[in-house]
Amino acid sequence: MSGASTYVPKGAIGRWFEARLPLMGLVHSSFVAYPVPRNLNYMWTFGAILSFMLVAQIITGVVLAMHYIPSATQAFTSINSDIMRNVNYGWLIRYMHTNGASLFFLAAYIHMFRGFYYGSFKAPREMLWILGVIIYFLMMATAFMGYVLPWGSMSLAGATVITNLVSAIPLFGTGLAHWLWGGYAVGGPTLTRFYSLHYLLPFVIAAFVALHIWALHVTGQNNPDGVEVQTVDRDTVAFTPYATLKDVFALSIWLILYAWLIFYIPNYLLDADNSVQANPLVTPSHVVPEWYLLPFYAILRAIPNKLMGVIALFAAIVVLALVPWLDRSPVKSAKYRPTYRFFFWVFIVVCIVLGWIGSQMPTEGLTLIARICTVGYFGFFLVVMPVLSFVEKTKPIPASIADAVLAKKPAAVQA
Amino acid sequence: MSGATTIENPNRRDFLFLATGAVGAVGVAAVAWPLIMQMNPDASTLAMSSIEVDLGAIPEAQIVTLKWRGGPVFVRHRTKKEIEEAQNVDLGELRDPQTDAQRVKKPEWLIVVGVCTHLGCVPLGHEGKYEGWFCPCHGSVWDTSGRIRQGPAPQNLAVPEYTFLSDTKVKIG
Repeated sequence: MSGASTYVPKGAIGRWFEARLPLMGLVHSSFVAYPVPRNLNYMWTFGAILSFMLVAQIITGVVLAMHYIPSATQAFTSINSDIMRNVNYGWLIRYMHTNGASLFFLAAYIHMFRGFYYGSFKAPREMLWILGVIIYFLMMATAFMGYVLPWGSMSLAGATVITNLVSAIPLFGTGLAHWLWGGYAVGGPTLTRFYSLHYLLPFVIAAFVALHIWALHVTGQNNPDGVEVQTVDRDTVAFTPYATLKDVFALSIWLILYAWLIFYIPNYLLDADNSVQANPLVTPSHVVPEWYLLPFYAILRAIPNKLMGVIALFAAIVVLALVPWLDRSPVKSAKYRPTYRFFFWVFIVVCIVLGWIGSQMPTEGLTLIARICTVGYFGFFLVVMPVLSFVEKTKPIPASIADAVLAKKPAAVQA
Repeated sequence: MSGATTIENPNRRDFLFLATGAVGAVGVAAVAWPLIMQMNPDASTLAMSSIEVDLGAIPEAQIVTLKWRGGPVFVRHRTKKEIEEAQNVDLGELRDPQTDAQRVKKPEWLIVVGVCTHLGCVPLGHEGKYEGWFCPCHGSVWDTSGRIRQGPAPQNLAVPEYTFLSDTKVKIG
């Protein structure tokens, strides 16, 4: 979107620098003069919140890496005695990092569901969306490997279950698993390589976030009414101060939640079994992943065949990238799509139910519900989206963003 | 430039282009190979890949869990009843059909890798409908020959390579 920089540095040094490297101009055009739709609601503050969470995870992670020892014999004690008790403020930084991962995912889910609700994945934002799906996948890989590092019994069980997914591949499966493990089972070599990758991947995520923001700034933001900006003067406001201050306010509320988690219930989202050191000869009686992976775990368990279960698990993620081509409705926002809006909320319920089942011991009744919900999950993408694209009777969309905003004001104010 | 570039009449530049490309491809492969193979089990892991077990110390009906190749291996001293149950199974009702004789060298001694063939959890002994093993993760059930009977696991518990060094000594791996 055209947000041509009008930036001219005031001082002579600034002008000298700008003529050689127009860095300040880039910042100015991207984060100051950049036009944002004037009808954005608070759902559009999660991009800023996610950026903050990524930086927070990287900073706390780099600090933890100064004290953590990635070895099968020392990892557990280096976290549970050294970092948690001996290192100055180690407990605080560690709780920031573990709870930060959860809040990073919570923000990512709100951000993604925002995209589903308002049709943010539709043309011309397909690349933006796909980059987002890649970031989400990288986040899951990073979080999974991070969860292995404390080397508690759930770390080992989680690493075993997830890396064993590749053993479902015919012919190469077992060899590939040994290659991933660096042994015949998850062990010390696995821990060390996960540590290396857990340090690397956040920077890969940061690179994809840069591409994501770049793609966003090419097309401009979607908005609650799902109509594109027509006149920059009428339909948009400047990023600074309008969006910046709104982001800062929303982030402040978010940080209260973050602080409450860290200081009042720091272990609430951790598994008690991870307070016991990993033992390759014993598996915890109930293996569960972290909350943000539970719906996928439920899909894996819902399918009785091992290979098909693994395929369904990965298909549940891959299908996200295909959404721009599954939903062909010309109307973006669910505000003007009553039937889609109904199915959107059904989809939310399906995801929550799958998540809850993923956390429970599998029984026949629950497995049946998990199967119904798995059908519902894929049905939303593969049936509801394509069918509604053609049969849904949508409401009239506003002529422009400005019209949508002004329509909400009382007549007296408009005059 | 002398002459047109044709298959019948290649010039020096064509030759250099192809030769450089071929050397480059070999070079990329030569660098990629070590970077990929370094992930495989290293020498110290391979060196520990066999263990010797003294069977004399294992009383009848007991299952001993030993660490072999980083994971558990079960050595089970089967009772007469367990052996009979394992032998008198109709192969038609098995998901991964194997006779008990194919899975043991001496009927009293069942040696299997203690890793669930579903997603790698460690099953619990003397549990489940057939009193063989039961996996607490996703509910797979094995019989007294370590054969899969119920649940999501696709295969029987794996039988490792082993040899009897004497009547009471066995080498696994």
